[in-house]
Order: sequence, then structure tokens, then C-alpha cells
Amino acid sequence: MTVSSNGGVKKGSTPPRTWFKAFFSFLLTFVFMFLCWIVLSGKFDPLLLWLGGISSFFVAYNFYDLLFPALGRRYFIIFLKFSAYVPWVIWEIIKANFHLLYLAFHPRLKEMIDPQIITFETHLKSDIAIATLANSITLTPGTITVSANSDGVFKVHAIDSQSADALPGIMLTKVAQIFGETI
Amino acid sequence: MNLLVVLFLLVGVFFFLGGAIGIIRMPGFYTRLHPAGILDTMGILLMVTGIALYNLIPFSFDSLLLSIKIFLIVFFVFLSSPTATHSIVDAGMRAGLRHWTNKKRRG
Repeated sequence: MTVSSNGGVKKGSTPPRTWFKAFFSFLLTFVFMFLCWIVLSGKFDPLLLWLGGISSFFVAYNFYDLLFPALGRRYFIIFLKFSAYVPWVIWEIIKANFHLLYLAFHPRLKEMIDPQIITFETHLKSDIAIATLANSITLTPGTITVSANSDGVFKVHAIDSQSADALPGIMLTKVAQIFGETI
Repeated sequence: MNLLVVLFLLVGVFFFLGGAIGIIRMPGFYTRLHPAGILDTMGILLMVTGIALYNLIPFSFDSLLLSIKIFLIVFFVFLSSPTATHSIVDAGMRAGLRHWTNKKRRG
């Protein structure tokens, strides 16, 4: 009925287990959509709640396999590990911010910085792992991902050698751990 | 509590100021993007935390919802800012602009 993103969960001729998984994705999408509706509307009139419920139902019915395509224990574990990763990366961002703020106010700025482009190779396979690492690097002030391709080769512009030395380092280890990949 | 809000806002403003000064002072095209990252991450995180806390003070369910909405700003900026920065860098690279290097260090 809808475009399925990973090799086709189609309604009708599916074995019971797949049907159950599709229903679970539907339920999860519905709950997520309805929570978004409640947070964004903030009104609790019965009419508005009904409208939200109906529209969430339609969205979830038609697009259940887009948001949570293939549910399994693996994805749940990835989600948990990712939630643990987010505070760590925010802490890294805060530390890097103080370093860059010090640089910005330093009188001899042009002697302190040493911009360079470094290239490093990783063995990350999945697109989402590469995208996560690239975005984390760019979010951390002092390092910007210039390019990252699907072979796992990263080119990073770093502002000084202190920022450059921190790469790929522990961030790569953490990202590889989240998605269960070898470094 | 108000003191905490003011502290958050002031530190946020300080980071914004530092980022802006950094953008002006840095040499070269790519290096200027680094202090812009200060604005995108630390500045907005602190400012929005301050505003969300201020909004939360007469605590009610409505103000909690509003604070969640305010905090969604941080979420979306954290998603979009790396993409925007990357596209700027990529445009520079495609145009063939070489990055500014420190001649004294490199020799």
C-alpha cells in the first residue's frame, strides 16, 4: 500500500510475525504523532483532541513504515545507547566552546591558531553512523567536517592542533559502539 | 530562581559576543566558521535554557508545554546547523578556495 523503505513490508500477504511488526510500527508512529500534536497545540478541547487523533491515525496508517521502518531489539538498544551518547556529546561541545572562546578573545589570535585539514579513515559501514559522526564533529566548535563519504573516509578542518589531535579519537569509538560497528 | 535565569542569559550573551568577535577577528574563510559554531551551540543552548526556565517559574502544565516547545528550538538548530555549516564549507571547497594556513608555524 505504501512505499516501504527496506525491502517491502506489504499488507495482505504477509506472515503473522511481520504483520505484528507492522502493527507495532503503526502504534508507535501513532503515539509519537499524537504526542507531537499535544505538545504543539497545548489545548485540550475534546474537538481538537479528536481532530488530532484522526489526523495522527491517518498519518500513522499511511506512513507507519517511514518513521520506524524495521523494529527489533537491535534498534531499541541503538536508541538507548544513542540517548546516552547525546549528553556526552553536549559536554564535549561545552568544553570545546570554552577553548574556542579563549582563542577568540586572545590578543595574539593569528599566532595561536593553526588551521589544517586532516584526513582519517574509519571502518564505519552504515550511512547513519557516518552521518552521526560527521554531524557530531561539525557541532563541536573547532572542527568542521569537510567531507565524509560512504567508505568512511573523513576530511575535517580543524582550527588548531589541539582540536585536531582530539580526532578521531573517543568520539569515533563511541559512535562505532552505538551502531555496533568495528572502528 | 530569577538569579539563575539572569545568569544563564548573561553567560549566553557573553558567548554570543565572543562568537561575533571571533567571526570578525579570525583570518580566512573556513576559520570564521568555527566561532560561528559557538553561536549555534553554546549561545543558543544557554539563552534558550534561560528563557525556558523563566517561562517555567509559575509552574503549570501549560507552561511546561510551552517550555518544551521553546526547547524544540535547540533541537532543530542542533539538527540544521551542522548541515548549513557543511554546505558552506562544501561550497568553498568546490569553488577551490584554499584554507588559510599559519605560515609561521608551517615554515
